[in-house]
Amino acid sequence: MDHTIWHGIEHVFVEQSLVAAFAVVGALILVSNVAAKYLTNGRVHGSAIAIVLGLVLAYVGGLYTGGKKGLADIPALAGIGLMGGAMLRDFAIVATAFEVDVVEARRAGLLGVLALALGTILPFIVGTLTAVAFGYHDAVSITTIGAGAITYIVGPVTGAAIGADSTVMALSIATGVTKAVMVMVGTPLVARLIGLDNPRSAMAYGGLMGTVSGVAGGLAATDPKLVPYGALTATFHTGIGCLVGPSILFLAVRALVG
Amino acid sequence: MIVLGVALLAGCTLIGVYLGDLLGLALGVKANVGGVGIAMILLIAARFWLSRRGRLTKGVQFGVEFWAGMYIPIVVAMAAQQNVVAAMSGGPIVLIAATGSLVLCFGAVALLSRIGRRDPGSPAVERGGSVIEGDAEPVGRTAGSQVGKE
Repeated sequence: MDHTIWHGIEHVFVEQSLVAAFAVVGALILVSNVAAKYLTNGRVHGSAIAIVLGLVLAYVGGLYTGGKKGLADIPALAGIGLMGGAMLRDFAIVATAFEVDVVEARRAGLLGVLALALGTILPFIVGTLTAVAFGYHDAVSITTIGAGAITYIVGPVTGAAIGADSTVMALSIATGVTKAVMVMVGTPLVARLIGLDNPRSAMAYGGLMGTVSGVAGGLAATDPKLVPYGALTATFHTGIGCLVGPSILFLAVRALVG
Repeated sequence: MIVLGVALLAGCTLIGVYLGDLLGLALGVKANVGGVGIAMILLIAARFWLSRRGRLTKGVQFGVEFWAGMYIPIVVAMAAQQNVVAAMSGGPIVLIAATGSLVLCFGAVALLSRIGRRDPGSPAVERGGSVIEGDAEPVGRTAGSQVGKE
């Protein structure tokens, strides 16, 4: 009896996947807001708790199913994959542009370009130095791991273009994913320290951090009003990384290590 | 009409992503270059154009702002489908490369945000924040309650 009821509920969740995802995520946010209000006295943003909770559930889901898509690999929660997938994520990010104060955005334009340049070069240097420190000596592997430190899309795109082997590709993707997760969790913690409280600094932040999922999560957890400014620069980051990774950056590394 | 707002948003997104693909192709990159950013700029331009012509109706605005308000739930869903297991089991090289670049970039944000003067913030920015947070009252009701007050 108990089993049939459970089976019926699972059936509804599988059939109504996106609707189920709305309900589950809504409940998650409700719980997080209550926790933020009563457990932290409002000091921590409810959405910060919700995002961390989401990541914890993704970890649990990943362990449980052995898949790569966290909770979305559980059949009854597959709708999470559609709701939080690239299509709706980008759609919602574009929608936030409706709230952009054009004067603010234009004033910080040059700063955003500078941030994009630094946000590509700095992680790449750190990534390449780490690769060298761990005993990689060929230009292809070093470049691929360095590109992974830019974002988890730049890594494999660069690796595929210059012919890296699959172990190095996996390392490169893992580096990018780890960075994205760390940006999501770390941003609200350091926001005050790095002056991330106005549209100008949000545009610099978006360009420097790059990873769209990291920036999207980090700013949502910190202060929703900053989202469109950070997203505006961050969405150019991956494209620029994919442009310079297999070309300029690879040539530079090859010139250095021979 | 609300659907016109949603369609406007969809149109801007599709055109932006298409242009991003073209840009990637032109540059010889196997990726979309700034598609979402281009879409955002298109939407900003569309809002500017509509409001100047007095065509920015409450319905259109609501159709777009609903999706802006869904931003945080969508991001939570995105967090819940990250490959956190892979991130946690990447080993020292992954951790060092990720942490190092993160710390350096946070430092650079601190430096860059100190360049130039601090802006005091504007009401438009604050209002945008409450829409994206999903807290803003529906446009119609705000207008209604103000009528009631007068």
